[in-house]
Amino acid sequence: MNKQWLPIGIFSLLVAFLAIGLTLNPKEVPSPLIGKPAPDFTLPLLKQTQTLSTRELQGRVWLLNVWASWCSSCKQEHALLVRFAQNHTLTMVGLNYKDTPLEAQNWLDALGNPYTFVVQDQTGQAGIDWGVYGVPETFVIDATGIIRHKFTGPLTQKRLDDELRPLLKTLEVSE
Amino acid sequence: MKKSVIALLLACLNWPAQAMIESYRFETPQQEANYRELIFELRCLVCQNQNLADSNAQLAQDLRKQVHHLLVEKQADKQQVVDYMVQRYGDFVLYNPPLKTHTALLWFAPLLFVALGVIWLLTLLRKQANTLDKDTP
Repeated sequence: MNKQWLPIGIFSLLVAFLAIGLTLNPKEVPSPLIGKPAPDFTLPLLKQTQTLSTRELQGRVWLLNVWASWCSSCKQEHALLVRFAQNHTLTMVGLNYKDTPLEAQNWLDALGNPYTFVVQDQTGQAGIDWGVYGVPETFVIDATGIIRHKFTGPLTQKRLDDELRPLLKTLEVSE
Repeated sequence: MKKSVIALLLACLNWPAQAMIESYRFETPQQEANYRELIFELRCLVCQNQNLADSNAQLAQDLRKQVHHLLVEKQADKQQVVDYMVQRYGDFVLYNPPLKTHTALLWFAPLLFVALGVIWLLTLLRKQANTLDKDTP
Protein backbone atom coordinates (compact mmCIF):
# COMPACT_ATOMS: atom_id res chain seq x y z
CA MET A 1 0.00 0.00 0.00
CA ASN A 2 2.69 2.42 1.10
CA LYS A 3 4.86 1.55 -1.84
CA GLN A 4 2.24 2.60 -4.35
CA TRP A 5 2.21 6.11 -2.98
CA LEU A 6 5.96 6.57 -2.91
CA PRO A 7 6.47 7.60 -6.57
CA ILE A 8 3.52 9.97 -6.51
CA GLY A 9 4.82 11.37 -3.21
CA ILE A 10 8.26 12.04 -4.66
CA PHE A 11 6.68 13.50 -7.77
CA SER A 12 4.47 15.93 -5.81
CA LEU A 13 7.46 17.00 -3.73
CA LEU A 14 9.36 17.72 -6.94
CA VAL A 15 6.41 19.65 -8.37
CA ALA A 16 6.16 21.67 -5.16
CA PHE A 17 9.87 22.58 -5.30
CA LEU A 18 9.65 23.50 -8.98
CA ALA A 19 6.53 25.58 -8.36
CA ILE A 20 8.29 27.54 -5.64
CA GLY A 21 11.38 27.91 -7.81
CA LEU A 22 9.40 29.21 -10.76
CA THR A 23 7.60 31.88 -8.77
CA LEU A 24 10.79 33.29 -7.28
CA ASN A 25 12.36 36.22 -9.03
CA PRO A 26 16.10 35.58 -9.45
CA LYS A 27 16.67 39.25 -10.30
CA GLU A 28 15.50 40.21 -6.85
CA VAL A 29 18.66 40.01 -4.78
CA PRO A 30 18.09 41.07 -1.17
CA SER A 31 20.12 44.16 -0.43
CA PRO A 32 22.45 43.93 2.55
CA LEU A 33 22.02 47.70 2.96
CA ILE A 34 18.48 47.55 4.34
CA GLY A 35 18.48 48.59 7.98
CA LYS A 36 21.95 50.11 7.57
CA PRO A 37 22.98 53.75 7.26
CA ALA A 38 22.71 55.08 3.72
CA PRO A 39 26.13 55.30 2.01
CA ASP A 40 27.41 58.86 1.74
CA PHE A 41 27.76 60.67 -1.53
CA THR A 42 28.46 64.22 -2.57
CA LEU A 43 27.52 64.61 -6.20
CA PRO A 44 26.97 67.49 -8.61
CA LEU A 45 23.39 68.55 -9.24
CA LEU A 46 22.29 68.17 -12.84
CA LYS A 47 23.22 71.18 -14.96
CA GLN A 48 24.30 73.14 -11.90
CA THR A 49 27.57 73.94 -10.23
CA GLN A 50 26.40 73.08 -6.70
CA THR A 51 26.60 69.65 -5.18
CA LEU A 52 24.24 67.70 -2.98
CA SER A 53 25.47 65.60 -0.12
CA THR A 54 23.56 62.88 1.70
CA ARG A 55 24.39 64.68 4.97
CA GLU A 56 22.20 67.60 3.91
CA LEU A 57 19.24 65.24 3.77
CA GLN A 58 19.56 64.11 7.40
CA GLY A 59 16.38 64.73 9.34
CA ARG A 60 14.00 64.09 6.49
CA VAL A 61 12.52 61.03 4.87
CA TRP A 62 13.66 60.79 1.28
CA LEU A 63 13.51 58.58 -1.73
CA LEU A 64 16.49 57.79 -3.94
CA ASN A 65 15.49 56.80 -7.44
CA VAL A 66 18.31 55.53 -9.64
CA TRP A 67 17.57 56.17 -13.29
CA ALA A 68 19.20 56.84 -16.66
CA SER A 69 18.02 58.10 -20.00
CA TRP A 70 19.32 54.89 -21.65
CA CYS A 71 17.21 52.71 -19.40
CA SER A 72 13.93 51.70 -21.01
CA SER A 73 12.21 50.42 -17.90
CA CYS A 74 12.89 53.79 -16.25
CA LYS A 75 10.51 55.28 -18.77
CA GLN A 76 7.92 52.75 -17.67
CA GLU A 77 7.92 53.93 -14.06
CA HIS A 78 8.53 57.60 -14.74
CA ALA A 79 4.91 58.65 -15.27
CA LEU A 80 4.09 56.96 -11.98
CA LEU A 81 6.82 58.90 -10.21
CA VAL A 82 5.64 62.18 -11.71
CA ARG A 83 2.12 61.53 -10.48
CA PHE A 84 3.39 60.40 -7.09
CA ALA A 85 5.44 63.57 -6.65
CA GLN A 86 2.38 65.72 -7.28
CA ASN A 87 0.51 64.12 -4.40
CA HIS A 88 3.27 63.85 -1.83
CA THR A 89 5.55 66.19 0.07
CA LEU A 90 8.30 63.58 0.06
CA THR A 91 11.84 64.59 -0.92
CA MET A 92 12.70 62.70 -4.06
CA VAL A 93 16.30 62.50 -5.18
CA GLY A 94 16.99 61.25 -8.69
CA LEU A 95 20.38 59.62 -9.08
CA ASN A 96 21.17 59.95 -12.75
CA TYR A 97 23.33 56.88 -13.24
CA LYS A 98 26.08 56.72 -15.90
CA ASP A 99 24.42 59.24 -18.15
CA THR A 100 25.31 62.52 -19.80
CA PRO A 101 23.87 65.79 -18.43
CA LEU A 102 22.46 66.71 -21.83
CA GLU A 103 20.56 63.48 -22.36
CA ALA A 104 19.36 63.46 -18.77
CA GLN A 105 18.02 67.00 -19.10
CA ASN A 106 16.30 66.25 -22.40
CA TRP A 107 14.68 63.24 -20.85
CA LEU A 108 13.33 65.24 -17.92
CA ASP A 109 12.14 68.03 -20.21
CA ALA A 110 10.22 65.56 -22.31
CA LEU A 111 8.77 63.34 -19.59
CA GLY A 112 8.51 65.65 -16.59
CA ASN A 113 10.67 66.07 -13.52
CA PRO A 114 9.33 64.47 -10.33
CA TYR A 115 12.57 65.02 -8.41
CA THR A 116 13.34 67.52 -5.69
CA PHE A 117 17.01 67.12 -6.62
CA VAL A 118 18.71 65.36 -9.50
CA VAL A 119 22.32 64.36 -8.91
CA GLN A 120 24.77 63.03 -11.45
CA ASP A 121 26.75 59.86 -10.99
CA GLN A 122 28.64 59.72 -14.25
CA THR A 123 31.30 57.28 -13.09
CA GLY A 124 28.86 54.95 -11.35
CA GLN A 125 30.84 55.11 -8.09
CA ALA A 126 27.79 56.08 -5.99
CA GLY A 127 25.93 53.29 -7.77
CA ILE A 128 28.55 50.78 -6.60
CA ASP A 129 28.40 52.15 -3.05
CA TRP A 130 24.64 51.72 -3.01
CA GLY A 131 24.87 48.22 -4.48
CA VAL A 132 23.01 49.21 -7.64
CA TYR A 133 22.99 46.44 -10.23
CA GLY A 134 19.85 46.99 -12.26
CA VAL A 135 18.44 50.39 -13.08
CA PRO A 136 15.84 51.51 -12.07
CA GLU A 137 16.21 51.02 -8.35
CA THR A 138 14.48 52.95 -5.60
CA PHE A 139 15.55 53.30 -1.97
CA VAL A 140 13.57 54.70 0.95
CA ILE A 141 15.68 56.45 3.59
CA ASP A 142 14.26 57.51 6.95
CA ALA A 143 14.93 60.70 8.92
CA THR A 144 17.84 59.13 10.80
CA GLY A 145 19.55 58.20 7.53
CA ILE A 146 18.76 54.47 7.62
CA ILE A 147 17.74 52.65 4.42
CA ARG A 148 14.33 51.15 5.11
CA HIS A 149 13.38 49.61 1.79
CA LYS A 150 14.63 48.95 -1.70
CA PHE A 151 12.73 48.38 -4.91
CA THR A 152 14.67 46.70 -7.71
CA GLY A 153 13.28 47.22 -11.16
CA PRO A 154 10.50 49.56 -12.21
CA LEU A 155 7.94 50.71 -9.68
CA THR A 156 4.36 49.74 -10.37
CA GLN A 157 1.09 51.06 -9.00
CA LYS A 158 0.80 47.84 -7.00
CA ARG A 159 4.22 48.23 -5.41
CA LEU A 160 3.46 51.86 -4.58
CA ASP A 161 0.13 50.96 -2.94
CA ASP A 162 1.21 47.77 -1.20
CA GLU A 163 4.73 48.61 -0.12
CA LEU A 164 5.68 52.27 -0.45
CA ARG A 165 2.57 54.01 0.88
CA PRO A 166 2.25 51.90 4.06
CA LEU A 167 5.97 52.37 4.74
CA LEU A 168 5.75 56.14 4.26
CA LYS A 169 2.78 56.22 6.59
CA THR A 170 4.85 54.63 9.35
CA LEU A 171 7.62 57.15 8.62
CA GLU A 172 4.99 59.89 8.83
CA VAL A 173 5.10 61.48 5.43
CA SER A 174 1.90 63.34 4.68
CA GLU A 175 0.06 62.81 1.43
CA MET B 1 40.64 14.72 -45.90
CA LYS B 2 43.08 14.51 -43.00
CA LYS B 3 43.37 18.26 -42.93
CA SER B 4 39.64 18.80 -42.78
CA VAL B 5 39.35 16.30 -39.94
CA ILE B 6 42.02 18.16 -38.00
CA ALA B 7 40.26 21.45 -38.72
CA LEU B 8 37.01 19.99 -37.48
CA LEU B 9 38.64 18.71 -34.31
CA LEU B 10 40.23 22.09 -33.71
CA ALA B 11 36.87 23.76 -34.17
CA CYS B 12 35.45 21.51 -31.50
CA LEU B 13 38.04 22.64 -28.98
CA ASN B 14 36.55 25.30 -26.79
CA TRP B 15 38.80 27.82 -25.29
CA PRO B 16 37.21 29.43 -22.25
CA ALA B 17 35.45 32.55 -23.44
CA GLN B 18 36.82 35.71 -21.93
CA ALA B 19 35.08 39.00 -22.24
CA MET B 20 37.76 40.84 -20.36
CA ILE B 21 39.38 43.37 -22.63
CA GLU B 22 40.99 45.87 -20.37
CA SER B 23 44.60 45.42 -19.41
CA TYR B 24 45.60 46.61 -16.01
CA ARG B 25 48.98 47.30 -14.54
CA PHE B 26 49.88 45.88 -11.16
CA GLU B 27 52.67 46.74 -8.79
CA THR B 28 53.31 43.24 -7.54
CA PRO B 29 52.66 39.72 -8.86
CA GLN B 30 50.61 39.13 -5.70
CA GLN B 31 48.22 41.91 -6.68
CA GLU B 32 47.81 40.45 -10.12
CA ALA B 33 47.18 36.98 -8.70
CA ASN B 34 44.60 38.40 -6.31
CA TYR B 35 42.92 40.25 -9.16
CA ARG B 36 42.69 37.09 -11.26
CA GLU B 37 41.27 35.08 -8.37
CA LEU B 38 38.77 37.77 -7.42
CA ILE B 39 37.27 38.34 -10.84
CA PHE B 40 36.67 34.61 -11.14
CA GLU B 41 35.08 34.41 -7.70
CA LEU B 42 32.81 37.43 -7.88
CA ARG B 43 29.48 37.25 -9.63
CA CYS B 44 28.30 39.74 -12.17
CA LEU B 45 24.93 40.84 -10.82
CA VAL B 46 23.50 41.80 -14.19
CA CYS B 47 24.13 38.50 -15.96
CA GLN B 48 23.82 36.36 -12.92
CA ASN B 49 25.35 33.17 -14.21
CA GLN B 50 28.60 34.78 -15.15
CA ASN B 51 31.49 35.94 -13.05
CA LEU B 52 33.21 39.28 -13.46
CA ALA B 53 35.84 37.77 -15.74
CA ASP B 54 33.32 36.33 -18.18
CA SER B 55 30.94 39.22 -18.38
CA ASN B 56 31.20 42.26 -20.54
CA ALA B 57 28.25 44.01 -18.95
CA GLN B 58 28.87 47.62 -18.02
CA LEU B 59 28.59 46.81 -14.33
CA ALA B 60 31.11 43.96 -14.63
CA GLN B 61 33.57 46.34 -16.29
CA ASP B 62 33.05 48.87 -13.53
CA LEU B 63 33.48 46.26 -10.83
CA ARG B 64 36.68 44.91 -12.41
CA LYS B 65 37.97 48.47 -12.41
CA GLN B 66 36.95 48.80 -8.79
CA VAL B 67 38.69 45.55 -7.82
CA HIS B 68 41.86 46.79 -9.50
CA HIS B 69 41.54 50.18 -7.83
CA LEU B 70 41.13 48.62 -4.39
CA LEU B 71 44.07 46.25 -4.85
CA VAL B 72 46.55 48.69 -6.32
CA GLU B 73 45.62 52.15 -5.07
CA LYS B 74 44.07 51.23 -1.74
CA GLN B 75 46.54 48.37 -1.20
CA ALA B 76 43.68 46.15 -0.10
CA ASP B 77 44.15 42.42 0.37
CA LYS B 78 41.83 39.81 -1.08
CA GLN B 79 39.58 39.56 1.96
CA GLN B 80 39.10 43.33 2.08
CA VAL B 81 37.91 43.36 -1.53
CA VAL B 82 35.52 40.49 -0.83
CA ASP B 83 34.18 42.35 2.23
CA TYR B 84 33.78 45.52 0.17
CA MET B 85 31.64 43.69 -2.38
CA VAL B 86 29.59 41.74 0.16
CA GLN B 87 28.87 44.94 2.07
CA ARG B 88 27.27 46.37 -1.07
CA TYR B 89 25.80 43.41 -2.91
CA GLY B 90 25.39 40.75 -0.22
CA ASP B 91 26.61 37.15 -0.18
CA PHE B 92 25.00 36.65 -3.57
CA VAL B 93 28.01 38.32 -5.18
CA LEU B 94 30.21 35.40 -4.09
CA TYR B 95 30.39 32.23 -6.13
CA ASN B 96 31.70 30.55 -3.01
CA PRO B 97 29.15 31.51 -0.37
CA PRO B 98 30.17 31.45 3.31
CA LEU B 99 28.66 28.97 5.75
CA LYS B 100 25.93 30.80 7.66
CA THR B 101 22.58 29.79 9.10
CA HIS B 102 20.67 30.79 5.97
CA THR B 103 23.15 29.06 3.64
CA ALA B 104 23.28 25.86 5.75
CA LEU B 105 20.77 24.10 3.52
CA LEU B 106 22.85 24.97 0.48
CA TRP B 107 25.92 23.42 2.07
CA PHE B 108 24.39 20.38 3.69
CA ALA B 109 21.61 19.38 1.27
CA PRO B 110 24.00 17.23 -0.82
CA LEU B 111 25.10 15.36 2.33
CA LEU B 112 21.45 14.95 3.28
CA PHE B 113 20.69 13.40 -0.10
CA VAL B 114 23.65 11.02 0.20
CA ALA B 115 22.40 9.99 3.67
CA LEU B 116 18.90 9.39 2.32
CA GLY B 117 20.36 7.33 -0.51
CA VAL B 118 22.41 5.20 1.91
CA ILE B 119 19.35 4.60 4.11
CA TRP B 120 17.32 3.59 1.08
CA LEU B 121 20.08 1.27 -0.13
CA LEU B 122 20.43 -0.38 3.29
CA THR B 123 16.70 -1.06 3.59
CA LEU B 124 16.70 -2.48 0.09
CA LEU B 125 19.67 -4.74 0.83
CA ARG B 126 18.15 -5.92 4.11
CA LYS B 127 14.92 -6.79 2.37
CA GLN B 128 16.79 -8.70 -0.28
CA ALA B 129 18.77 -10.58 2.37
CA ASN B 130 15.52 -11.49 4.12
CA THR B 131 13.94 -12.88 0.97
CA LEU B 132 17.14 -14.82 0.23
CA ASP B 133 17.07 -16.30 3.72
CA LYS B 134 13.52 -17.46 3.18
CA ASP B 135 14.31 -18.95 -0.22
CA THR B 136 17.31 -20.95 0.91
CA PRO B 137 16.16 -24.08 2.66
